[in-house]
Formats: sequence, structure tokens, C-alpha cells
Amino acid sequence: MLKVAVLRFPGTWSETDFAHALELVGAQADILWHADADLRGYDAAIVPGGFTYGDYLRAGAIAAISPAAGELRRADREGMPILGSCNGFQILCEIGLLPGALVRNRQGEFRCDWVHMRVESDRTPFTGGLRGEILRMPIAHGEGCWVADDRTLARIETNGQVVFRYTDARGAASLESNPNGSTANIAGLANENGNVVGLMPHPERCSEELLGGTDGRRVLEALTASRHTGMVSASVQ
Amino acid sequence: MTGYVATIRVRPKAEIRDPQGEAVAGALRSLGVDVDSVRTGKEIVVRFSADDLPEASAKARQMGDELLANPVIEEFAVEVAAE
Repeated sequence: MLKVAVLRFPGTWSETDFAHALELVGAQADILWHADADLRGYDAAIVPGGFTYGDYLRAGAIAAISPAAGELRRADREGMPILGSCNGFQILCEIGLLPGALVRNRQGEFRCDWVHMRVESDRTPFTGGLRGEILRMPIAHGEGCWVADDRTLARIETNGQVVFRYTDARGAASLESNPNGSTANIAGLANENGNVVGLMPHPERCSEELLGGTDGRRVLEALTASRHTGMVSASVQ
Repeated sequence: MTGYVATIRVRPKAEIRDPQGEAVAGALRSLGVDVDSVRTGKEIVVRFSADDLPEASAKARQMGDELLANPVIEEFAVEVAAE
């Protein structure tokens, strides 16, 4: 059984939803307190959404200097699959495990909605077999506009590190389908090795019919499947 | 050891859009104040001890580098004075 660590910081709010969704796909999920989190013995780690430390200073900035940040860096060096959603994505950028930064939505407003996004890369443990699929997931954030300098953007596009791009229901990326003004409609991206992935939408909030959608479950199923296909080690090499 | 006070001013880099500043500009205009543009930032005031001014300045800069500003999107300036 896949063993997944779900991190909890002060102000995290999606950890129990993630644990529930992981159990739905047959994984074991343990919620670990950030201050003494030990990721050894786990197959993957999740950094869930929330408003850690009240978003003081910048979203994710204070969580990024928690002891858990050092533990995530160590796990990354070993190639562990790490997924950050919403505030978790912001934290992974602040730690430096993912490039760029997330700033206030261009429209200047908090966005709580359903969005569509196209899976651009299947070279991650969370998107195996999903390339080209259009996923529908909920968002709820005020600071989801991903930015980076031109060199960084060119590099991640060339390397295939863009994993999810906001599109309309038919898969066309447009200004209207971009809920926060994110550069190049980027909804989620990976590090160079592909083992660390961050995205603004919430897979855990669309993992059963009752919640109005099940596309989030496909991302977690890809993770459980990656263990058997060797996807994780293949993408890390 | 001497007491110092550092004022660290963090602002978004020129090329980063500032929706908060734009909203404030809109609010000022709705008050009838004619403004061309508004940029927002934050000011962080830190009191601490150091041996001398160079050490105090270095400490304040380190705070900016390691936590108070994110170099991807922000820049900061430091002012240090003995108390």
C-alpha cells in the first residue's frame, strides 16, 4: 500500500480532505505536524492548501522556513514524489523546490470557482497517462498568478516542466479561461526532475461524485499507479 | 552590544504588477483625488542588538535576503540606526 505523508502547518486547511481522498484511491495517508515531520519511510508527500501563518509576509513565506522545509528538500534529493496544492504550491515555490513565485490575482479579487486545465506533461508521478486530458477542478485563492523572469519561463517551457495549463472546456488556452492572470496560463508545474509538482487547483476537493467532480482522483490514482509502473524512478533519472 | 533599529522596506519589482496598488489608485480616484498610479509595499521595523553599525547593517540585509523579501518578485532597501 502506498504510504503518503500529508503535512500540516498552522493554518493548513486541506489536510484531512487530502487524507480522505488518498484513502479513496487505496493509499495510506498520515497527517504529519510540520515541526517534527519525518518523511523517511514514506512513498510520497503532500503539501496541502490553506493559509499557513495567515499568509503573513507573503503566502507560504513563513512555512518555507519551517523544519518541514528541510525535510522536503532532503526527500526531493531522494526523488520522492511531492505534490503541493494551492498554498502548498506557494510554499514549494518559496522553499525553492519549484521555480517562480505566486502573486496576487491580476483581477485583484479572490477567485472561488471551477476551472478547466489541460495536462501538458505526463513525466511526473501525478500525471502518468493523463497527457492531453482536460481536467475540471475547483480553485479558491487570492494569490495564484504564477510569475517568473523570461529566462525561467523559457527554460521550464523548453524542459516540459509546465504540467497543467488553464483552458476552456475544450482545451483551448485563452485569456478568459485564465482565472488569475497566471503567466502563459500556467496552473501547475514541475521541477526539472519531475518528482515535485505544484498546482493552484484542489484535486482533493473533486475526488468523489458527491463533491461535483472526480478529476482530482485521477491525479491521485496516477500517483498510486506510478509505484507499479516505475514512473517515479524513471522520471527522476 | 548596542541597540539598533532597522527599517526594511519591501516593494514589488518594477516589472511585477501590483493589483493592490491598482485597487488603491481606483479608490483614491473615487474619492476625487486625481492620481496617476499607486504602488504598494510594506515596511518592517526590527529592533535588535549588534556590536557595531556594519554588523547591524549586515544582519538587517540578511533578514531581507532570507525571509522578508522574495527576490523573484520583490526588492528591498534597508535603513539602520543606533537607538
